[in-house]
Amino acid sequence: MSRQEENLFLTSLTIRELRGLLLKKEVTSREITDAYLSRISALDPRINAYVTVTHDEAVKKAVECDAAIARGAQSPLLGIPISIKDIFTTAGTRTTCSSLMLKDFIPSYDATVVRRLKQAGAVMLGKTNMDEFAMGSSTENSAFMKTKNPWAIDRVPGGSSGGSAAAVAAGLCAASVGTDTGGSIRQPASLCGVVGLKPTYGRVSRYGMIAFASSLDQAGPIAKDAEDAAIMLGVISGKDSLDSTSEAMPVPDYASLIKGGIRGIRIGIPDEYFVQGMDKEVETLINNAIGVLRGLGAEPVRITLPHTEYAVSVYYLVATAEASSNLARYDGVRYGHRSEKGRNLMEMYKHTRDEGFGAEVKRRIMLGTYSLSAGYYDAYYKKASQVRTLIKNDFEAAFAKCDIIITPTSPTPAFKFGEKVLDPLTMYLSDIFTISCNLAGIPGASVPCGFTDKGLPVGLQILGREFDEATILKAAYAYEQATQLTKKRPAL
Amino acid sequence: MKKYESVIGLEVHAQLLTRSKLFCGCRTVFGSEPNTQVCPTCLGMPGVLPVLNKKAVEYAVTAALALKCRVNERSIFARKNYFYPDLPKGYQISQYNEPLAEGGFLKIEAPDSRKTIRITRVHMEEDAGKLLHGEGPEHKDFSFVDLNRAGVPLIEIVSEPDLRSPDDSVEYLKALRDIVVYLGICNGNMEQGSFRCDANVSIRPFGEQRLGTKTELKNMNSFKFVKDAIAYEIQRQIDALDSGERVIQETRLFDTARGVTVAMRSKEEAHDYRYFPEPDLKPLVVEDAFVQDLRKGLPELPQVKRERFIREYGIPSYDAGVLTSTKALADYYEDVAKRTNEPKTASNWVMGEVLRLLNEDKKDISGSPVTPENLAGLILMVKDGRISGKMAKEVFDGMYKTGKGANEELKTKGLSQISDESELVKIIEDIITANPENLERYRAGKDKLFGFFVGEAMKATRGQANPQVLNRLLKERLGR
Repeated sequence: MSRQEENLFLTSLTIRELRGLLLKKEVTSREITDAYLSRISALDPRINAYVTVTHDEAVKKAVECDAAIARGAQSPLLGIPISIKDIFTTAGTRTTCSSLMLKDFIPSYDATVVRRLKQAGAVMLGKTNMDEFAMGSSTENSAFMKTKNPWAIDRVPGGSSGGSAAAVAAGLCAASVGTDTGGSIRQPASLCGVVGLKPTYGRVSRYGMIAFASSLDQAGPIAKDAEDAAIMLGVISGKDSLDSTSEAMPVPDYASLIKGGIRGIRIGIPDEYFVQGMDKEVETLINNAIGVLRGLGAEPVRITLPHTEYAVSVYYLVATAEASSNLARYDGVRYGHRSEKGRNLMEMYKHTRDEGFGAEVKRRIMLGTYSLSAGYYDAYYKKASQVRTLIKNDFEAAFAKCDIIITPTSPTPAFKFGEKVLDPLTMYLSDIFTISCNLAGIPGASVPCGFTDKGLPVGLQILGREFDEATILKAAYAYEQATQLTKKRPAL
Repeated sequence: MKKYESVIGLEVHAQLLTRSKLFCGCRTVFGSEPNTQVCPTCLGMPGVLPVLNKKAVEYAVTAALALKCRVNERSIFARKNYFYPDLPKGYQISQYNEPLAEGGFLKIEAPDSRKTIRITRVHMEEDAGKLLHGEGPEHKDFSFVDLNRAGVPLIEIVSEPDLRSPDDSVEYLKALRDIVVYLGICNGNMEQGSFRCDANVSIRPFGEQRLGTKTELKNMNSFKFVKDAIAYEIQRQIDALDSGERVIQETRLFDTARGVTVAMRSKEEAHDYRYFPEPDLKPLVVEDAFVQDLRKGLPELPQVKRERFIREYGIPSYDAGVLTSTKALADYYEDVAKRTNEPKTASNWVMGEVLRLLNEDKKDISGSPVTPENLAGLILMVKDGRISGKMAKEVFDGMYKTGKGANEELKTKGLSQISDESELVKIIEDIITANPENLERYRAGKDKLFGFFVGEAMKATRGQANPQVLNRLLKERLGR
């Protein structure tokens, strides 16, 4: 093989495959890392997945991993190059949240997710682009650049974890970690044809994950297939003393649990998710997927989630309220951007926040500030919290009748740049199928289930019970084994 | 007859004496170099999360129990949102709708009567940092932010509007401070701001049940300022109503230099804090067993102790008040009283000599070089007649300087008492010989002259004669 062919080969492999080669000493972490770094320098100028590439640190870590492998060390991600959404703090490496506000912010502390990945031996290639402060569904809200969909360069990768999904799809990293507040892992995974999983709220520590909406945010893997997602999930999960909302539930060995097959598993099909103007191609592909799952022994059952129609409204009240408070700390006083304009404190605040935040972030801060204001709290935030409980109850009732729930991840495949960005309401509806999962705190994944006529990937969403990521991954694994859809790579 | 009744409620903030901050592991030492007790969490860096300090919960529950509050099994932390440079996150983590504890009371000895002041609630929150305004030509245009205090645990204790005068208010505040200091959960220092208070003040015609429009007073960092500020504000409101004006709901700042309150912001300008439940913390669940353990461990509180001292030791109310002003002093006194079984004498010593010397040295009782055991030893020596009261004071001064016991001090000073009869007899003989006239007059019935001979003997022995032995010998030798 030529160097180029070898690089193409290495960067197309899954974590499991790379681990096999590393342990058999057929390849070194340095070689894999170099392959990714050269692919990034060749390809990323077209994709724009990375905000920051940590070239030198990656090489250094790869060399250390090779030494560890030579000593016989074993850890789940030893020597595997990954990327990290630029929302996770990385000690010594700038962490921007794709915002001018944090353009030059270098944290002194690693997010718990980052620390766990590093401890598991992962090689960090860099930080991936995103919608500013994770607010958006197309990554167009990045203050720095537009990330392209590797399957169609004129289309968005989805968002907010668009950089991570595009990097995994384009072979610019073996896997990535994103965050999901209303669909920000699953929707870009769907639009980029990769596997993305949002774990149960409390499964993964939020420490060092820059907050958008604290009661909804959750970190999770974006990977080439279900098995890789399972490996990543196992590494990042578990109670963290730095996050009081993380749960002390045991972390099962996801990677070995997923191979049990899905015979007899009941799959719930919610009436509310298969109506009103859904993209015909998406609908067909989802129905085909249900057929495949049935063929594997799963039993479809009709279920109902009656409060679904309120989910988007509830979400945009709760998430913006929390965001308005979470983003108050960016005031120019201690770190981050500070405006040179302004002759007094109030003017400094105003100019700093005006210059540092983009339009969508400002819009959401204003919405959230409004709904928390005296006289509106009861009608908005409080009411939304109550309806949120009803949505959670819907899922509890549904899971009495089924083990997993199947829906489309996104109502449409990847859309073109600029198509929705000027119409926030239409953009907000991109998350219509993914939002309820965050409101209920349950886990959900998106797995590739085929392509439209134009060759655009479509994702199947699988939702599960609280802390039952294993069953979701089991279904995802069985489905991808049957369809081989995760083997497809975009031509770049 | 006064026309108006004043109605006052106090909101008191007490800094808890935990070693670390409320939501991170940073130290809480007062007066450290600026920004040396900070970490990503209390600096409000991106992505950090609060983790609740269990000791702070313990202290807060202890205070709530001492104030007879009902401790809620489940309470909720909430965010109070506002922008200020000393508030790193842009919100303060506090409690709002569901506080830690509610419905307590505190009894006070008001000048005119005993009163029960109801406590609305006790809740936990974090302190903010401090702004220091630059001085000198180089720095005068700058403000500096010190975040050492940011995140230090506080409890806020809110009273019902049950106080009726500036004196009431100060009594309440003093009683409250005694309690938190007794519990060892707050140092009660008003100047340093570890115990501070805001006052809600309104007036209404006597007999009226509805509350008048209130103003909120801030910046009162001593008992005197609290009293002066409230008194000024009451008079200001009376003057306003009497001249046909209205009291406007507003926040007013006490100007300590001028002794007046000054409008700071009106109701319209008041912050909308946009409270909502803190999503980074789960509801605080305080188990009943935990509360019961703390209740069992509650120390005797100052008021109860004061009453017990009066009853058990038969000391005057004033003495009991002084001796119970701190727990350490009360413990010291009680130790001396028990060892000597002379509670009144013990009280005289502790309130007299002990506190006098300590005050001169600006020390508190914990710094006393004379231990309760040694003081008790000295008192017993006097009781047994081994030394005179006058000598005891001299010995005490020595004990205070050296930290030694009474016996040892007597020895080293060469102050041992003369109880040797033959020596005393010799001295008495000399005095009789030198004063034949007085001897005659005494023997003729002039009883008062007995004192003259005692005095001469004491002079001759530099006060070291054992008074009982001297008396007996004098009576024998002077005869009748």
